[in-house]
Amino acid sequence: MSTQKAQEYGLLAEFETPADAMHAAEKIRDAGFTRWDVHTPFPIHGMDEAMGLKNSKVGWFSFCGGVTGFTAGYTMIWFMNKFNYPIVVGGKPLFSPMFPFPVVYEMTILLSAFGAIFGMLFLNRLPKLHHPLLKNHRFKGATDDKFYIIIETSDPRYVEEEIRDLFQSEGCNHIELVAE
Amino acid sequence: MNSTVLNSSVKIAAPPKELEREPLVLNNRPLSWITNQVARIIEGDTPRWWWIGFILSATVTVLVPIYVGYLISTGVGVWGLNSPIAWGWAIVNFVFWIGIGHAGTLISAVLFLLRQKWRTSINRAAEAMTIFAVMCAGIFPGIHVGRIWYAWWLFPLPNSNGPIWPQFRSPLLWDVFAVSTYATVSLLFWYMGLIPDLATIRDRCKNFFSKFLYGLFSLGWTGSNRHWRNYEKAYLLLAGLSTPLVLSVHSIVSFDFAVSQVPGWHTTIFPPYFVAGAVFSGFGMVLTLMIPLRSIFHLHDLLTVRHIDLMCKVVLATGTIVGYAYGMEFFIAWYGGNPYEAYCFQNRAFGPYWWAYWIMISCNVITPQFFWVKKFRRNILLVWVLSIFVNIGMWFERFVIVVSSLHRDYIPANWSYYSPTKVDVLTFVGTFGLFGVLFLLFIRFLPLIAISEVKGITNYADPHHPQGGAKGGHH
Repeated sequence: MSTQKAQEYGLLAEFETPADAMHAAEKIRDAGFTRWDVHTPFPIHGMDEAMGLKNSKVGWFSFCGGVTGFTAGYTMIWFMNKFNYPIVVGGKPLFSPMFPFPVVYEMTILLSAFGAIFGMLFLNRLPKLHHPLLKNHRFKGATDDKFYIIIETSDPRYVEEEIRDLFQSEGCNHIELVAE
Repeated sequence: MNSTVLNSSVKIAAPPKELEREPLVLNNRPLSWITNQVARIIEGDTPRWWWIGFILSATVTVLVPIYVGYLISTGVGVWGLNSPIAWGWAIVNFVFWIGIGHAGTLISAVLFLLRQKWRTSINRAAEAMTIFAVMCAGIFPGIHVGRIWYAWWLFPLPNSNGPIWPQFRSPLLWDVFAVSTYATVSLLFWYMGLIPDLATIRDRCKNFFSKFLYGLFSLGWTGSNRHWRNYEKAYLLLAGLSTPLVLSVHSIVSFDFAVSQVPGWHTTIFPPYFVAGAVFSGFGMVLTLMIPLRSIFHLHDLLTVRHIDLMCKVVLATGTIVGYAYGMEFFIAWYGGNPYEAYCFQNRAFGPYWWAYWIMISCNVITPQFFWVKKFRRNILLVWVLSIFVNIGMWFERFVIVVSSLHRDYIPANWSYYSPTKVDVLTFVGTFGLFGVLFLLFIRFLPLIAISEVKGITNYADPHHPQGGAKGGHH
């Protein structure tokens, strides 16, 4: 039994509507499952609460990127125009916080944007070249018009029969075991 | 619309007819219809018109390497520049193309922050347009430096010339940073938006090779809600970052002029005036591109007349701001009491370049005024024709600003007249070919409409709407 279980990734349920998937997610959250997920063709408003997810941490990556861009911008211009290659132009000071501002502003935005995008990819562990669900033929609906919930076999509360009952009581239209 | 059942016992009547909103996806199209309608453009056979357009654009693009090569091998004398008109078509074309790009970012970022749901049908194509327009724009400052083999001096790169670095007090250097940041962030934002849609195409692909490529570029997206949570946060942050970015880019482009001492350029109104003009020209270009695509690909239910109506309102608003700026420039030229400034503006409207000035006024100030009338905003053919006038007018605006301010400087003995040469004209024509090639490749290989975003604004996506499966009584 244990060897067979290792070959299975989890139990997948397909729902027709976002409301059904969301109510099922609320039940699963309340039952205390930890290794599970909802897969949808677009983000569903309210699903984060239904899954009990906290606020995303992407903002911190973006903030750190912005701070880096801001300090790197000023430091770079100070180094280049005041320290390493001082050159007087129009009798103006070699450095002031004013004239570099447009460049520093752009660098702040650039590195904040890098923080947001690459932070998002890092937190999502993307790119990922392989995922058990992507081998499943039925799962193709997740990028079209179907809504899925998967509970992984590695979840400590995973008991196949109980989960099947739970899914069925929430009005799912298809349940199947997904191979690893 | 029928009355909506919100609760099993309470029925709420539909709003009165005048308060009803036209839906953004017509005919109550289901989610899978949206997927099919967009994906089939990529999956179907390549239409004949596509090949004709592609070959034509590719042929025209060849003008760019030919005339840029000629310029580099011969020198800037092949352009129509002279003293005092040291900036000509290259700068006009640069500002023109950069301006076109601004509508894409406005639609993807500003309208997102303002929760304008109608943006979802047009944002993908508009962002693509942004990136391609910025690519066309980027050619010009590069070849405008004269000794092109020193163009890399624009960037603060370590070099073996002893310590020697760019001079950051120059607005031209600010522009290098603004435009390169803009290009990078727009590209990343566009690509991030594409990830879920590339996954949709991947899941529909039958051919191994395309499945591999779409799979690779969709990065293994599974639509996981744990991923969507970070994705949506990143999207919001990028929208929040792109908004000040897009406002800064054209402001900094305007600094190229406004920070100088040239009468006609040295005005504080330039940054907001340039930004409004950029959005105006960009929406003009979005309309020019999207109206034919909508008919060719039968996207009438996704890109509705209401979308076009709303875009026309943006054109009207920004066009009127631009008109106000034209008037205010003249007022300040008189009220400011600077005789050089006053002469410059008088010369602009009635001097040797009067024709360019009045083309600009008629296209940019008069054209958008048609859009006060709902009937005109909803006449698709008329909107398309007017959008082309907007594009023409905004090119002339940059021509007027650049050339008419320079051609008569302080010493009348220096006065001159600028006319472009064949090289100027054909290089510009070539960039339209490049834009065409890139845009045609885009509509052939990438989803032209943001599939997942359009789905997200339908009733089927709302878990609290009966069409989204809400049964009532749960909450």
